[in-house]
Amino acid sequence: MSFTADSTFIFENPVYIIGSGAVGGPMEGKGRLASSFDKIYKDLLCDFNSWEDMEMNMQGDALFYATSKGDTTIDDLNLIIGGDLLNQITVTNFMAATLKRPFLGLYNACATMAESLAVASTLISGGFGNKIGVVVSSHNSTSERQYRYPTELGVQRPQTAQWTVTAAGSMVLSNEGSSDSPKITAATIGKVMDFGIKDPNDMGAAMAPAAWDTLKRHLKAMNTTIEDYDLILTGDLASHGHQIFKELCTKEKIPVDARFQDSGIWIYSDEQDVHSGGSGAGCSASVWSGFLLDEMKKGKYRHVLLIGTGALMSTTTSGQGHAIPTIAHAIEIEGGR
Amino acid sequence: MGEKMEKILREELEKEQKKEYKDLVKNTKPKTPYLKNICNAFWIGGLICLISEVLFLILQNFGLADKEASIWALIIIIFFGAFLTGLGVYDKIGRTAGAGSIVPISGFANSIVSSAMEWRREGFISGLAAKIFTVAGPVITYGIGGSVLLGIIKYICMVMGGEI
Repeated sequence: MSFTADSTFIFENPVYIIGSGAVGGPMEGKGRLASSFDKIYKDLLCDFNSWEDMEMNMQGDALFYATSKGDTTIDDLNLIIGGDLLNQITVTNFMAATLKRPFLGLYNACATMAESLAVASTLISGGFGNKIGVVVSSHNSTSERQYRYPTELGVQRPQTAQWTVTAAGSMVLSNEGSSDSPKITAATIGKVMDFGIKDPNDMGAAMAPAAWDTLKRHLKAMNTTIEDYDLILTGDLASHGHQIFKELCTKEKIPVDARFQDSGIWIYSDEQDVHSGGSGAGCSASVWSGFLLDEMKKGKYRHVLLIGTGALMSTTTSGQGHAIPTIAHAIEIEGGR
Repeated sequence: MGEKMEKILREELEKEQKKEYKDLVKNTKPKTPYLKNICNAFWIGGLICLISEVLFLILQNFGLADKEASIWALIIIIFFGAFLTGLGVYDKIGRTAGAGSIVPISGFANSIVSSAMEWRREGFISGLAAKIFTVAGPVITYGIGGSVLLGIIKYICMVMGGEI
């Protein structure tokens, strides 16, 4: 283990991703990455009493797929780490109540997956666990009602608005893995940034500086350049945010090319009326746990830098006129093959 | 002194950086399709008004007085606004129509019914009843406030005009 003064962690003891699972809602099931989900739900409620119950169940399902694909069980996990978007991360807390395993709940809005992976990898690499499960989710209806309007209200969304993804993603990290399991090799912890963007309907623009700052710091700390990676995959900047992110990088003389991709742009197809793209903690969680790791196992990507981005506002802070503070964590993954 | 200067300089730099960034965000913002939105709002909003007008004429034909016919037409439009909200259709109309489906009274019904549906699961009293006017609240508050204000102005005018 080594680290820099600005909290870039290099995991010298290997951290293997031995299993991963992704589940998604009906919209995600019609999106570009539909085939990468382990399970697609027919609607947003699936006969549960509430959307919150449904989201809880999605987390449980994702964790189940991740553990069973990693040839293990939930009872074998030393620790479960996770979070979601709701107040007091109740979805994850209530899900954890059913598992009866040691549990850490984390919140970094849409960067929760990156945050959880960073914490879990640190613990595994530091020798504080053999198997740790990570699970993160978001649900369009539970988020809409908390952050915006009632779901049935007929309002027009601005072009910069993003669509909260209904999905959950889970990974099981271990200190022992087969040679073809992808490995988490490094992580950079983000700084909270505030560039004065106040519009909660343009979170991509608020998050872009955080992603840019973390990317710069990670490259510097690791002494690498863009050429060392096959893919720089941001969490959920979506079209507008990703464009700004690329412009900021160009200004900083970081060469921008096809390696720069965004999970929020990937998850939905162009015909789906989502405007800027997907967002939500489940966006990066499900895209990384599903599509990305599948492609890495196929050998398409070997060296990937993930940058999970999160907007840390609430309806209270927005109502009181504050700008949106944002954060981004970087996770470096190397393919097994 | 040096420290103070440094702080001022840093704040200035930060301000400049934020301004520069805001410009970048503004320049990259995707264009709102105003013309398309306005046209959609016009024809869908217009259609709702046309339907109410037709209802009004039909009711008049049944022999209702003007005032009664217009009240019944309103009630029917409110009913359909609420009904379509319940079926989960009104939000889809609203996504295309924008103000076209918010401004007519069916939009008001939508705002109340959607809130009621949303918080039904938190109970009938502290959920549904407490939150039912979450969206419609401002309309009611400022609607009543405005009418009181106008009433006072009218009263003053009437007193000054010697009518009272």
